[in-house]
Amino acid sequence: MAMTLDAKIPDGPIGEKWTNYQFARKLVNPANRRKYDIIIVGTGLAGGAAAATLGEQGYNVKAFTFHDSPRRAHSIAAQGGINAAKNYKGDGDSVFRLFYDTVKGGDFRSREANVHRLAEESVRIIDQMTAQGVPFAREYGGLLDNRSFGGAQVSRTFYARGQTGQQLLLGVYQQLERQVGLGRVQLHNRSELVDVVVVDGQAAGIVVRDLLTGEITSHSAHAVVLATGGYSNAFFLSTNAMACNVTAAWRAHRKGAAFANPCYTQIHPTCIPQSDDFQSKLTLMSESLRNDGRIWAPTDPDETRSADQIPEDHRDYYLERRYPSFGNLAPRDIASRAAKVVVDEGRGVGPLKNGVYLDFADAIGRLGEDTITERYGNLFEMYERITDESPYQVPMRIYPAVHYTMGGLWVDYELMTTVPGLYAAGEANFSDHGANRLGASALMQGLADGYFVLPNTISNYLAPQLGTQPVPTGHAEFRAAEEAARERFDGYLAIGGTQSPDAFHMKLGRIMWDYCGMERTREGLEKALAEIPALHEEFRKDLRVTGNGRSVNQTLEKAGRVDDFFELAQVMCLDALTREESCGGHFRGEHQTNEGEAERDDDHFAHVAAWEWTGDPSAPTRHTEALEFDNVHLAVRSYK
Amino acid sequence: MNELNVTLKVWRQEGPDAPGRFDTISAPGVNDEMSFLEMLDLVNERLINEGQDAIAFDHDCREGICGTCSLMINGQAHGPQKGTATCQLHMRKFSNGDEIVIEPWRATAFPVIKDLMVDRSAFDRIVEAGGFITAETGGASDANLTPIPKPVADSAMDAAACIGCGACVAACPNSAAQLFTAAKVGHLNLMPQGQPERYRRVEAMVDTMEDFFGSCTNHGECEEACPKEISIDFIALMNKDYLASKFKNRRLTARS
Repeated sequence: MAMTLDAKIPDGPIGEKWTNYQFARKLVNPANRRKYDIIIVGTGLAGGAAAATLGEQGYNVKAFTFHDSPRRAHSIAAQGGINAAKNYKGDGDSVFRLFYDTVKGGDFRSREANVHRLAEESVRIIDQMTAQGVPFAREYGGLLDNRSFGGAQVSRTFYARGQTGQQLLLGVYQQLERQVGLGRVQLHNRSELVDVVVVDGQAAGIVVRDLLTGEITSHSAHAVVLATGGYSNAFFLSTNAMACNVTAAWRAHRKGAAFANPCYTQIHPTCIPQSDDFQSKLTLMSESLRNDGRIWAPTDPDETRSADQIPEDHRDYYLERRYPSFGNLAPRDIASRAAKVVVDEGRGVGPLKNGVYLDFADAIGRLGEDTITERYGNLFEMYERITDESPYQVPMRIYPAVHYTMGGLWVDYELMTTVPGLYAAGEANFSDHGANRLGASALMQGLADGYFVLPNTISNYLAPQLGTQPVPTGHAEFRAAEEAARERFDGYLAIGGTQSPDAFHMKLGRIMWDYCGMERTREGLEKALAEIPALHEEFRKDLRVTGNGRSVNQTLEKAGRVDDFFELAQVMCLDALTREESCGGHFRGEHQTNEGEAERDDDHFAHVAAWEWTGDPSAPTRHTEALEFDNVHLAVRSYK
Repeated sequence: MNELNVTLKVWRQEGPDAPGRFDTISAPGVNDEMSFLEMLDLVNERLINEGQDAIAFDHDCREGICGTCSLMINGQAHGPQKGTATCQLHMRKFSNGDEIVIEPWRATAFPVIKDLMVDRSAFDRIVEAGGFITAETGGASDANLTPIPKPVADSAMDAAACIGCGACVAACPNSAAQLFTAAKVGHLNLMPQGQPERYRRVEAMVDTMEDFFGSCTNHGECEEACPKEISIDFIALMNKDYLASKFKNRRLTARS
C-alpha cells in the first residue's frame, strides 16, 4: 500500500482555518460519548490533558503510564516557562507575532496552519491553567508576570519560579485524578506499551507489559493516542529523565506510522558540562537564566586565571558580539553552535575545558542579590548541589546538551498518524516546531494538543463509528502481538551474554553524539550507519539481563528500550544524511556560510521527510510532504 | 576529584510478600563527583557483571523535581543533605570508609514492591478525593480577570513545590501524611480560584488521608526531611480549615 501524506489542512485564510475546521468537523452527541473507548498512552502534559478533557466530555478513557503516578511524567522537569500571545505587557505581541516567531524560530520547516493554531490556543492555555490554580508568578498589583525567552523580542513567557513544568503538570495531574475519582478515566500505572495493534488498517489497541509482574495484556478501543514524549535518550546522555524512551512511537512506526524528521534534535545551550565518564544524565539550567546572565569565554585559549580575575578586554561575550540585536537571547540552536565553536577553539573553561561562562555578576550588581534569588534561587541552588560552586560568587559553567526532539510520528492537521485511529500528541509528534523549537514552546504545544486540539479533532474520526464495538482483545492480531512481546522479553533474558543494556546504550550514545550531534557530516553519518547495525548485532548476541521476567526487573525494561533506540538511531542518521542542508537543530558541516551560519536549501528541502518502515531498519522508505509558506516570507534567519 | 571506598548495607526483598534482608556490598572506587544514584548505577553494573540481580530502586528525572526517587540513607529520608532529594545528593557528602545503610521508605501505607521500591499510590487517592480545582476545559475566563496578591501567590507556590516523594511520611514516627496533604490543601485553599471548594476539599482529603496514614503528633520530622523544605505551618492552616469544614459543610447541608 502506497503511503500518502495528506496533511488535511483546512481551507481559508490562515487566521480562519482552525475556526472553520472546528465548525466543519463531525461531532459526537454528549449522550453518545460514553459508547466510545479511547486509549491514551502517556500522562504528561499532552496525554494527561487529553485524558482529563475527554473524560470530562464523557468518553470512556483508559490512560496508561509506566510511572507509578502521572505526576512523575517528564513534563515536570521543564523549568523556565510557557509562551502565550497574551500581550499583557503591551509590547507588541499578537497571535500573528507568536506564529511568525515560531515559524522563523523553526527555520521555516514547520506547517504554517499548525503553528497558527498553536499560537491561537496559547492564549486559552494560560486562562485554563490559571483557573485550575497554577500559581504563576505575579506582579505586586496581582496581575501575571512575564519574562523573555530566546528567539523573541517581546515578553510573553509565563512562569512559576523555575518550576513551570512542575506546576503545569500538577495542574494536569489534578484534573486527571479528578476524572479517575469520578470513574471516567481508568488509570493503569506501571504499565509500559510494548506494541500497537492494527486491524484492517485501523488502530485497534495496544499491548502492555505490567512492570510489576511482567504480565502481558491487550487493551482495545475505538481510537488510540500516543503522548509518549521524545527520543533524546537515543544519545544516552541528555537532559531527559532516565526512563524516557522511543518504544511507544517506534512500535507504532513498525505498525505503519510514518516517522517524520527524525534528525531534528535540539541541543540546549545551557546545561551543566559533563564532569566524568560515568555520568548518567545531564542537567539543564533554564534558558530564562539568559535574561540576566551574560555568556562569555576567555579570548585566550591559554587563560589560567579564575573568572573574576579576567579583565573585560580578555573576555569574549561572543553572543553579544555576533548577534547584537538578540545577544544572549539568541535561539537555542544558534547559541549552542556558538558555544561549540568557542570550545572547539580551545577556549573552553572548567577542569575539562568543556564549558563557557554564564555570568551573573553584572545582573547582581544592577539588581541586587535578592532580585536574582527571587528569579533564579532554586536554579542556583540546584547548580551548587551538583557542582559545589555558588553562581552568586563564580560564573556558572555551561555547555550544550541534547534536550528535545522536534522529529516524531508524522501527524496530519488532526494529529492523526498515517495509521487511521492512531494519534500522536505533544513531543511524540513532529508537528509544530520545525527544525528548532523556541524556549517555552514545548509546554505550550503539549497543553494545546492535549486540551484544545485533540479533544476537538478526535470526534471527526469517532462520529462515523457510532454503534461499532472495539475489536475484541481475543482477536488474532492481539494474540500474535502478545506472543511476539513475550518472545521478545524472554529472548533478552535468554541471550546470556556479557554486557548490560546500559553498556550498550552508552556506546550507542557515543556514536550518536559524535556523528549525529551538534554538527553532522556525510563522512561521519556514513560511519555511524556502519557502526550502529554492527553494535546492534553485538547487542543481540552479547546482552546480559539478570533476574527474571516475572517481577520488577529494571534491567529487562531497559533492554527493550535500548533495542528500539538502535533501530531509531539508524533512521535518525539516514534522515540527517539525506537532508543536504543545514536548518535549525540540523547542522551539516558541508552546508554553511563563510561566517559559519547554517545554509538552508529551500529549493530542495522545504519539505517534511517522513520515513516508512519496510522491515529493514537500515532501509526505510523516505516520503515527503511539501511545506507551503503563504503568510511567512521564507528568509535567511537572522538574529544579528 | 577523590576516590572513596564505601560499604553498602542494602535492603533486598524479592517481592511484596517475601521476607527482606540486608545485603552487604562493598563499593570501592567511587568518584566523589558522582551523585548517590550514579553510585548505585555503578554498583548495579558490577552486580550484573557478576551475574546477580540489580538492586531495584525508583528514580527518573535526577533533577530533584519528579519525586520518583526515595531511600532512607543512614536512617535519614533522602540522606544527610538538607533540602535535597536523593538524586541530587552527591558522594562528596560521604567519607572514605563509610558504611552506608540504604532502606526503602518504611510505612504501612507504602508497601515494599521490591528491594528499595515502594508503592506510594495512597498519595494519588488523596489527590483524587479533592486535591484539585474543578475547572473543566474550555470554560476559563481571562487569566488576569482576578488579580491575586503576590504574597498569596508566593505562599501558594511555596506549598505547591511539593514533589510527592513521600519523605515526610518516611521520616514521621507515626507515618503520617499531614505535610503532603497540607501542601496540596495549602496551595489550593490559598488561591481565590480554590475558594468555592475550600471546605469540601479539605474534608475529603483529610478523611481519605486518615484511611491510609497515621496521625500527626507535631514531631516536625517531616519538615526536616522535606527536600523542598515545605513548612509545617501549612499543617496548621489545614487543621484550621478542617475544623471549620466540620461546621461549614454541615451548615450547608442543613440549608439544602
